[in-house]
Amino acid sequence: MLPIVKYLWLIPALPLLAAGLAALLKKERRASAATLAIGSMSISFLLALAAFLPTLSHGEHGVFRECFNFTWFEFADNTFQSASTVQLGWVLDPLTAMMLVMVTFVGLLIFIYSVGYMAHDENFTRFFCFLALFAAAMLGIVIANSLLLLFISWELVGLASYLLIGFWYHKPSAAAAAKKAFITTRVGDMGFLLGMLWLYSKTGTLLFYDGGNGCLEQSALIKLVAETTMCGMAISTAISILIFCGAAGKSGQVPLHVWLPDAMEGPTPVSALIHAATMVAAGVFLMARIYPLLSASADPATISTGLKVVAWVGSITAVFAACIAVAQNDIKRILAYSTVSQLGYMMLGLGVGGVAVGMFHLITHAFFKALLFLGSGSVIHGCHEEQDIRKMGGLRILMPITFATYAIGMLALCGFPLLFSGFWSKDEILASAHHWQISQIPFYLGVIGAFLTAFYMTRQMFYVFFGSPTVSPAAVADTKAKHSHNPHSSHSHEPATSIHESPPVMTMPLVILAVFAVLLGLIGTPAWPWFHGYLAGHSPKVDLGKLAEDAGLMLVSAVVVFTAMGLSWLVYSKVTLQKSREVDPLEKAQPFFWRLLANKFYIDELYEVTIIRLNKAFSVLSDWLDRTFWTGVVTMISHLTVGLSWLSRKIDEDLVNGGFDHGCDGLRESSRNLSKAQNGQTQFYFRVLGIAFVALVLALIWRAK
Amino acid sequence: MTPLTHYLIFSALLFCIGFAGAMMRRNAILVLIGIELMLNAANLNFIAFWRYGNTEAISGVMFTIFSIAIAAAEAAVGLALVIAIYRHRRTMQMDKFDTLKG
Repeated sequence: MLPIVKYLWLIPALPLLAAGLAALLKKERRASAATLAIGSMSISFLLALAAFLPTLSHGEHGVFRECFNFTWFEFADNTFQSASTVQLGWVLDPLTAMMLVMVTFVGLLIFIYSVGYMAHDENFTRFFCFLALFAAAMLGIVIANSLLLLFISWELVGLASYLLIGFWYHKPSAAAAAKKAFITTRVGDMGFLLGMLWLYSKTGTLLFYDGGNGCLEQSALIKLVAETTMCGMAISTAISILIFCGAAGKSGQVPLHVWLPDAMEGPTPVSALIHAATMVAAGVFLMARIYPLLSASADPATISTGLKVVAWVGSITAVFAACIAVAQNDIKRILAYSTVSQLGYMMLGLGVGGVAVGMFHLITHAFFKALLFLGSGSVIHGCHEEQDIRKMGGLRILMPITFATYAIGMLALCGFPLLFSGFWSKDEILASAHHWQISQIPFYLGVIGAFLTAFYMTRQMFYVFFGSPTVSPAAVADTKAKHSHNPHSSHSHEPATSIHESPPVMTMPLVILAVFAVLLGLIGTPAWPWFHGYLAGHSPKVDLGKLAEDAGLMLVSAVVVFTAMGLSWLVYSKVTLQKSREVDPLEKAQPFFWRLLANKFYIDELYEVTIIRLNKAFSVLSDWLDRTFWTGVVTMISHLTVGLSWLSRKIDEDLVNGGFDHGCDGLRESSRNLSKAQNGQTQFYFRVLGIAFVALVLALIWRAK
Repeated sequence: MTPLTHYLIFSALLFCIGFAGAMMRRNAILVLIGIELMLNAANLNFIAFWRYGNTEAISGVMFTIFSIAIAAAEAAVGLALVIAIYRHRRTMQMDKFDTLKG
C-alpha cells in the first residue's frame, strides 16, 4: 500500500485541526486564524496533489483503487450470535483524488479571497474557523470508504453550512435561511439514513470497497439486485433512491431546492464555497460514489430505475431553476438558481452518461461557479453591499479585472462554444442525453435549460457591467440608510462614495479561477477524453473524428447559446441605458409569467400552505394537548402527591411526634414535681422519715393486733 | 428490781425528746445533740434487754460499746462538718443549708 493512502486522513484532519485551534483563538487574533486556515488548506492541497499522482497510473483492474479500512467498534449480533463490526476507512481512487484536488484548490482560493472580503468583519476569526470546518467536512466526504463515515462528514457539512449561512445571525433573514438550509437538507437526510440502514441490514457492511466484500462490489450487488421489494423494484434500486433523497437535499434538486437560494444570506465567500466546492457538490459526488449500486440492474442491457429517477429529477431541476433565474434581480440569487440548474445538469449527466459525464461538469462548474460567486462578491463589495442588479451598471470601466474574469465565468456557464470549459462539459451531457434510450425529453429539457442559462446570464451581465457607469443616487441613499440602520454592518467603515475595484487579495483568486475556467475544458473534449479515461481507468486516445461525430450536436448547442445571448442583447442592451430600470421588458410583455417566475413558481408559498401549515396545525394540536390534557394529568399527579405528603406530614407530626412530645411533657412535669421534694432542708427529710416511721409503727401495731 | 417496762418507757421518752430536738431545732449543734439523745435511748434499750434477757451472752453490751464508739466518731465528724460550714457561711441555721436542693 502506498504511504499516501495510509495518511490520506491527514487531508481532512488538517483543516479540522485548524478549525479547532481557530475556535480557541481570541477574537483579535485575526492573522493567526487566517494563517491557520489557509496554511492547513495549502498543506492539504499539496497532500491532495501527492495523492493525485499515483492515481494517474492504472491498476490491475483498470482503475487505480486502494483503500485503508479499520474496525471502529464491534457489537454482539443477536441473530447470528456473533460479533458484528462497524468499519470505517478511506479510499484513494481517481474519483477521490480528483475531488480532493478540486476541493482543496478551490477552497484555498476562496479562503484567500475571504481575507480581503471579510477584512472589516469583527468576527473574522470565527469565520475562518467555520470555513476550515466546512472544508474539513467536505474532504471527509470525499475520502470516505464507508457510507457511515461519509454520512458523518455529510452531517458535519450540514452543521458547518448552518453556521456559515447564519454567520450574520443578527439579521433575521440570515438566521431563518440557516434554519431553512439545515431543516430542508435534513428532510433528504432522513432518506439517506434509511437507505444506509437498509443497506447495512442486507449486506452487513457499509464499506464501499473491501477486497470483494464491500457493498459496491460484485458479490453484494448481485445479492441486492436479486431481491425485489414493493412494486417489483430491486432492493439496490430502492436503496439508491433513498440515498438519492439525501443527495437531492444537499444538491438542491427539486423539490428540496428551496434552501439553496436563501443560503445567499451568508457572506459571499460562503456562497462560493457552498456552490462550488463543498456542499452542493457533495450530493453529486455521493451519487457518483454509489454509481455501481445506482446502476445495478438484473439485466445489464436495461437501465436501472435509479438512474432513470436521477436523470428525470436532474433534467426537471435544470429547466425549473433556469426559468426562475430569468426573473430574479438579486445578483447572488440569479447565481444561486443557476447553481440549482447546473446541479440538475450534473444529475442528468450522471443519470444518462455515467460518472465521468456528471463529474466532469461538477469539476468545471466548481471552478467557474466559484469564479462567478467571488466575482459577484467583488461587485457587491465594490458597490457597498448593493445586491440588486437594477441598481448597478457600467462596472466594466470601474472594475476591469472583475469584469474580465466575471465575463469568462459567465461565458463558461453559458457554454460559449469551443473556448470555455462549460461548453465541453455541458455539451457532453446533452450528447449523452441525446443518445439515451429511454426518452428524448431530458435532452430537450437540457437544451431549453441551456438556452435560459445563456439568456439570464447575458441579462445579468448587461445590468451589472454595461450602461451608465454610476450607481443611481437612490441606490447610494439606500446603502447609506442600510448602514445607518444597521450598526453591526460589517463593511460600514468606508463611506459610500465611489465604486472601486477590489484589492489584489480578492482579484488574484479570480484571475486564477478564470484561467482554469477556460483551460479545464481541454481535459474532457470528445477528441481527447482524458478525464473519462482517467475515471474509467484506461488511456485516452486522441481522435479528432469523435469531434466530427458530435459536431452536429455541438452546432445545435452553439446555435442555442448564440440565439439566447442575441435575444438577451436585443432585450436588455437598451434597457440598461435607461434611467428607470425598475420594470423589466419581459415583465411588460408577460406580466403573469414574470410574476410567476419572480416568485419562484410560488414553491415557498406552496410549502407555506401545505407542509408548514400542516406542521403548524400539528404543533397547535400538540400545544393544546400539552396545555390541557397533559397539564391536567401532571397537575393531578402533583395534587395527589401534595395530598399524600400532607397526610404523611400530619401522621408524622401529630401522631408520632405528638405522642412522643406528650410523653416527654408528662415525664418532665412529674420530674419537676418530684424534684420539689428535694428542697435541701435536711430537717424536712428527717420529718418525712419520722412520719414514715410512725406510719410503719402504726402499721406494725395494726398488723400485730 | 425495776420492771423492764419502765426502762422502755424511759428510753422511748428519751428517743422522742431527741427526735423532737433533731426535728425542730434550727441550730445545727442542737440537732446533733438531739441525735445523740436518740442514740443513747437506743443504747439504753440494748442494755435493758440484755439485763432482762440472757446475761451469759454479752452481745447487748458489745453492741452498746460499739454504738458509743461510733457515736463518738459520728459526733466528731458531725461537729467538724458544722464548724466547716460555719466557717464558710457564718451561720448555724439548718434551714439555710439548702444548696443540695433539687
